Amino acid sequence: MLNITMKINGKAVSGTVEGRTLLVEFLRNDLHLTGTHVGCDTSQCGACTIHVNGIAVKSCSMFAVEADGASIDTIEGQENTDGSLNKIQQAFQDHHGLQCGFCTPGMVMAAADLLQNTPTPTEAEIRNHLDGNICRCTGYHNIVKAIMAASGQDVSAIAAE
Amino acid sequence: MPKDSGIGTSPKRREDIRFLTGNGKYTDDINLTGQSHAVFARSDVAHGKINHIDISAAETMPGVLAIFTGEDFADVGGNPAGWLINSRDGEPMKEPKRPVLAYGKVRHVGDAYAAVIAETVLQAQDAVEAIKADITELPAIVDMEAALAGGGFVHDEIETNQCFDWGWIEDNRAATDAAIKAAPHVTTLSLVNNRLVPNAMESRASTADYDRGTGDYTLYTTSQNPHLTRLLVCAFVLGIPENKLRVVSPDVGGGFGSKIYHYGEEALVLAAAKKLCRPVKWTASRSESFLTDAHGRDHVTKIELACEKDGTFIAFRTDTMANVGAYLSNFSTVTPTFLHGTLMAGNYTVPNVYVNVKAVFTNTAPVDAYRGAGRPEATYSLERVIDKCARELALDPIELRRKNFIKPDQFPYASAAGLEYDAGNYDALFDKLEGIVDFGGFKARRAESEKGGKLRGLGINSYIEACGIAPSNLVGILGARVGLYDAATVRVNATGNISVMVGAHSHGQGHATVFPQVVSEMLGVEENSIEIVHGDTSKIPFGMGSYGSRSLAVCGSAVVRATEKIINKATKIAAHMLEASESDIDFKDGKFSVSGTDKSVAFGEVAFKAYVPHDYPHDELEPGLEETAFYDPANFTYPSGAYACEVEVDPETGKVTVESFTAVDDFGNVINPMIVTGQVHGGIGQGIGQALLENCTYDENGQLLSASYMDYAMPRASDLPFYTVDHSCVTPCTHNPLGVKGCGEAGAIGSPPTIVNAVVDALHSGGHTHVTHIDMPVSPARVWSAINS
Ligand code: FES
Ligand code: FES
Repeated sequence: MLNITMKINGKAVSGTVEGRTLLVEFLRNDLHLTGTHVGCDTSQCGACTIHVNGIAVKSCSMFAVEADGASIDTIEGQENTDGSLNKIQQAFQDHHGLQCGFCTPGMVMAAADLLQNTPTPTEAEIRNHLDGNICRCTGYHNIVKAIMAASGQDVSAIAAE
Repeated sequence: MPKDSGIGTSPKRREDIRFLTGNGKYTDDINLTGQSHAVFARSDVAHGKINHIDISAAETMPGVLAIFTGEDFADVGGNPAGWLINSRDGEPMKEPKRPVLAYGKVRHVGDAYAAVIAETVLQAQDAVEAIKADITELPAIVDMEAALAGGGFVHDEIETNQCFDWGWIEDNRAATDAAIKAAPHVTTLSLVNNRLVPNAMESRASTADYDRGTGDYTLYTTSQNPHLTRLLVCAFVLGIPENKLRVVSPDVGGGFGSKIYHYGEEALVLAAAKKLCRPVKWTASRSESFLTDAHGRDHVTKIELACEKDGTFIAFRTDTMANVGAYLSNFSTVTPTFLHGTLMAGNYTVPNVYVNVKAVFTNTAPVDAYRGAGRPEATYSLERVIDKCARELALDPIELRRKNFIKPDQFPYASAAGLEYDAGNYDALFDKLEGIVDFGGFKARRAESEKGGKLRGLGINSYIEACGIAPSNLVGILGARVGLYDAATVRVNATGNISVMVGAHSHGQGHATVFPQVVSEMLGVEENSIEIVHGDTSKIPFGMGSYGSRSLAVCGSAVVRATEKIINKATKIAAHMLEASESDIDFKDGKFSVSGTDKSVAFGEVAFKAYVPHDYPHDELEPGLEETAFYDPANFTYPSGAYACEVEVDPETGKVTVESFTAVDDFGNVINPMIVTGQVHGGIGQGIGQALLENCTYDENGQLLSASYMDYAMPRASDLPFYTVDHSCVTPCTHNPLGVKGCGEAGAIGSPPTIVNAVVDALHSGGHTHVTHIDMPVSPARVWSAINS
């Protein structure tokens, strides 16, 4: 067993893990941060997307020990400081960008990563960026629209809701 | 003035907040004190005889608490099929037992033959590795035609691989045959409705708890219908008294049919929890989901369309083999029969329809209802053959359909496939479609595509579905073993806020937002003071859950009926408070008033009086304000639609790109347009997935080749376009109080033929007129081969 410490959503945490424990397992099972989901076992679905040192990472594709010393952000830390939804979360609600909600944390974290680097992405850039995030419910229309809206673009011309 | 709340508006979904902040509570998020973990030993051969399962080494592994094999459940019941289908000769279908764990034989890759319960998942996994299964591999039965030809049997005791040979309507068979024989034109098409894996993003999970003191069980499970799961576990499999089992399905991450059914893992964790007197948890890996969730579709079909030279339809005859996999899943027998065959008249005044379906056991995972369930199969066969017919007769595909549509003044209409359509206006849908899509500009767009070396195709399609499942009387006659009503309890609390307990289950559909819109409209109280309770058999009335686009049409109707009862009783209380006669009380905007006076009491005051009944007509009324209604629909509902899309085909690579997609649907009245639109989007996404990408494939040994997201092409954001969706053509359902029809499956039903019709159109424009059909998924390889064949 190995001792690890890291910063999660600004707070220092520590734990003891096996070498084979995945980062997503550490978050969900040891820290009970169950907002990060597991949708596959081949690192394809993106439901487990978090930020590690500011970059979007699939937390099922890392061992917990590899995150020792890292600074991590998860869906649980995304709200504004007053507890309101941040602009991406709010856009997802405004534009009905989620249905069952299972892919949603990963989508929000992936979108945040995109907007950090590409503040005004085109439709194609958004769709390409989401290639590692699968949603089975929405047909993606409203997810893409929400991300465009979150980036400040006028989405009123995109087919109605 | 436009309304800002209630029916017809689009309030934001209240459930979104918890999902967006990581506070959803899905089954795997729940951890119980002292829980142990189950891991299953699963067959890696498709068909095998179990000689011996040696668990001795596994039992001594660290952390192992118990190991179960098939023999432990040999004496309990099987997981049953929910519908009895009779063959054409009157023989009942074959129903081999579906055990909790396989014994005697394993029948598909992934079939569980043992389960280890251990302190941790990893310990359980290690112990599963140490189980020594002596299994003699038998030849796998994979191909349906070969299965019907005999040789080996999936279930030796029934001595056939045919579950049933069903005819609909058998009495119409001879007339249909004769009509086709005599017809001036017959179009014939053979096609495959490709097998799909539903792939809800949350995989299945079940956690059981047992209270030794009370003998009560609790099962947390990923179910679309917790009461149905409880009924199946209790009455058929484990024999637990129903009142000793509480089934909770909390937030559920999508279902699409795959979570309707009871699965053996649920029974296993319950039995294990009792044996160990500890909670037992199991969560499927995605690989397990691919191997063991009920799959969808998988029909091999020949359809014939007979018509006059002018295109007037005379007869449709369908011959289908439907794969049911290795065991009968709960809805597997109704899906290819009544949910498919009864829709084979489509939106048309065709006089002769006959459908023959042979259901076939194979060494593959069970196949059952998946979004649309039988109706996508019906629509695909019909609308593809109609498209082919239009081409053969050089008729415009829209005109051909219009020529044969049931006209608005013909409703209610008794279809040749045995249903009575209550309302619809199919011409209006096409009028609308023609208004939205710039068909006139297509030629120019095609020319533009051609400049870039691409072939552009236009596909159109119409569909009808039967939703709001279902009238119990009717389905009882047809073989259903359950009723298909739903239920709701409206509880007005003393302080005036309201809890509505519903039998429907939301796993993405937005009930928490939509049902309050209905109650708020009726009671004139704020939507936000109304809370929906669902997914817990200890809290809700006995309801049948959500599938078949039934939540609003059936459970929503129960909500209306219960709310009417509330208004009734509240009116009596108000009459007492206002010292007036009940017949003089008006109820409007949340206020009871005496007509012709300014005397009134608010709804909240009446509620308070019901719970603090100091001055109260006790001789006439009970205290309290809570009502339950069960609603059994009088008929199915019949949503319909007109769809169009444009695709570009790259003739060099065969790749198909969807350039635009328009869906015009008639869902009857719409309660929340935003949510309805979202449902259509999701359905189209899955339909395009089926048409272009998804294919569940077994090799000849019964090995699942498409068992991960690396091998099974799920539609991704970059595979799909923005969609144009319209639901402004409304013919309200005539027999439910809201006039609603259901919208959950439409997109998945209407879109696959639209896409394939467009691809064929594109190839014809490029001179590849020898291509009359390409089976789904219309992958680059298939398109390229078709072009170059
Ligand atoms: S769980 Fe990490 S990508 Fe699917
Ligand atoms: S909202 Fe259900 S998977 Fe995306």
